[in-house]
Amino acid sequence: MNINDYINSGILELYVAGQLSEKESSEVYDLMLKHPEVLKEVLEIEAAIVKLTASVSPKKDIAFNTIKGRLNNNTDSKVISLNRPKTQWLNYSGWAAAVVLAGGLIWTINQKSHLENQIQTVNTEKDFLEIQMETSKTDLAETKNLLNIIRDKSIINIPLEGQAAAPGAFANVYWDKKDDTVYLDLQGLPEPPKGKVYQVWSLTLNPLTPTSLGTIDDFIQDDNKIFKLKNANQSQAFGITLEPAGGSLSPTLEQLYTLGALASL
Amino acid sequence: MDIDNLVVQFKKKDEKAFEKLYDMYKDSMHGVIYNIVRDNDIAEEIMQDVFIKAWHKADSYDVKKGRFFTWLINIARNAAIDKTRSKSFKNSGKNLNSDFFVDIIQSHDSLDDSTDAIGIKKFVDKLAKKCIEVIELLYFKGFTQKEASEELDMPIGTIKTRNRNCIKELREAVL
Repeated sequence: MNINDYINSGILELYVAGQLSEKESSEVYDLMLKHPEVLKEVLEIEAAIVKLTASVSPKKDIAFNTIKGRLNNNTDSKVISLNRPKTQWLNYSGWAAAVVLAGGLIWTINQKSHLENQIQTVNTEKDFLEIQMETSKTDLAETKNLLNIIRDKSIINIPLEGQAAAPGAFANVYWDKKDDTVYLDLQGLPEPPKGKVYQVWSLTLNPLTPTSLGTIDDFIQDDNKIFKLKNANQSQAFGITLEPAGGSLSPTLEQLYTLGALASL
Repeated sequence: MDIDNLVVQFKKKDEKAFEKLYDMYKDSMHGVIYNIVRDNDIAEEIMQDVFIKAWHKADSYDVKKGRFFTWLINIARNAAIDKTRSKSFKNSGKNLNSDFFVDIIQSHDSLDDSTDAIGIKKFVDKLAKKCIEVIELLYFKGFTQKEASEELDMPIGTIKTRNRNCIKELREAVL
């Protein structure tokens, strides 16, 4: 590079005016260090501009002392530069705290609804267990009651044997004459087909007269197959027939499942 | 001590060096600011603020990126332009006429004229209008070459060479 051409190009005047890019400026800087004539040129250009611009000033001498006191005055921009990072730090930590808080809140809400769900589940389980317990209590009471009935010596036990329609079937009748009640243990009867029910008959012999004690409508649903019916008759025997739903007026003898007479007869 | 050493000391927060730089450039800065705000008191106030700002921002000045003078004049121009845009300034009803710096120089009375001032007056008297415009835009107003070329409707290359020639004339007159 020819230094004189470089100087004459006008680039140094632009350098002093501050019109060069950062890269160009640093090139000029390097050249000033290498070539004293470049440095001299820059200093002269600068000196001329300083004089020209100064000549515009109405030139009231303002001594350095007027600003000296403000140089290390902490109320000036120095304070701002000290405060800035602090406020920024406060800012950031403020936002961070807000984010953490929001996160914590969401977590708490989640946790709360999770716990509420758990409580609901536990409550449901509790209700269910209470119902089961109640059922068990009732069952136990019923069973105890049945046991008492069977043990009661005033109760007459009549076993009913399987008949031609169902040779394998059997049943037991427990007749409480004081209460005019019969308890039927139908564990030994098969499930009735759909549309059919068992009908219980009280019989008197000579002549053979059947009286309906009722139908067993909830045979399938009942667990222990013990049924309670009213019987105010002077029964001498009991029979069970399979009848159409709703029962019949007189027993269908072809469908006589079990039959038994009182032992004393 | 030469300017560059003073600047090195200034960056180390040496008040003595800074005072020398202040004495060296305060009139120049005042002139540039005055040319923009056209009010002596306001210009003085801004000029002082500029030096205080420069002192506190000493760390941000990088010698490789340009002259200290260039850095300082930039701060001064920006401060002055900011002032003209402020509400209080607009409300004060200042009339910013479009006179060039030369008109201000010529309006100064000759009583306190130093040799420099006489030289400059001679210079501006015979200065061609095209020189006045280029110097006004590049140094007083801080226009970029491109902005100046648009403003003066002249190719960028012409701005560069014309500026070189104008500054040459100026140097002959004042140095």
